[in-house]
Amino acid sequence: MVVRVQETDFDPGAEIAAATAGREDVGAVASFVGLVRGEGGGRRIRAMTLEHYPGMTEQELERIEAEARGRWPLQAVTIVHRYGRMVPGDRIVLVVTASAHRQAAFDACAFLMDWLKTKAPFWKLEETDDGAAEWVAAKAADDAAADRWAVTR
Amino acid sequence: MRLRYFAWLRQRVGVAAEEIDPPPDVRDVAGLIAHLRARSPRHAEAFGELAVVKVAVNQTHVGFDHPVAPGDEVAFFPPVTGG
Repeated sequence: MVVRVQETDFDPGAEIAAATAGREDVGAVASFVGLVRGEGGGRRIRAMTLEHYPGMTEQELERIEAEARGRWPLQAVTIVHRYGRMVPGDRIVLVVTASAHRQAAFDACAFLMDWLKTKAPFWKLEETDDGAAEWVAAKAADDAAADRWAVTR
Repeated sequence: MRLRYFAWLRQRVGVAAEEIDPPPDVRDVAGLIAHLRARSPRHAEAFGELAVVKVAVNQTHVGFDHPVAPGDEVAFFPPVTGG
């Protein structure tokens, strides 16, 4: 398991290779990379600054990771999330899941992103072309996406 | 008790963290918020719209009915927007 919160960029290929290095029990790797978009709510975005809660962020990501391992048979999980100022096209977040078969890898990867978006203490401040800076509001769609993983059995 | 504020709550309160010694009748998060609202106009404004205020006690998400005690780290922040 790898959980990292860092200011610097990451290399998705290198992270995927590291997650499965030396293993012969992994038949499927799924990954998700989130990027900064240059448009939001009809406005041009010049940059985005991600604030976080050092200490809690790492703990929360580890709790989410443990939840995923409890639900799916995973051989490896990598979560890397950046903070600080980024510009459109920059990578923000990486999730890598490795399992014997593809369905667990796909599902765990989607679950981790959905839970991360509603639980990990990060906040986005968007700078628009006119120099204004605005905190991004949480989306109801993100809550709905996280809720679909509720344990009902 | 150590208080921490993030994102627009930090901007509205005007500090990222502060140490307070709340009166003994402050027993839970809701009681702490009521105490903070009376602390300054900036606090009153920051805690004006509680539907968009989330809280963590000792770095774990909790509800407003969660107990608070001296020595706790209590963080207030808007709904998270990472990923």
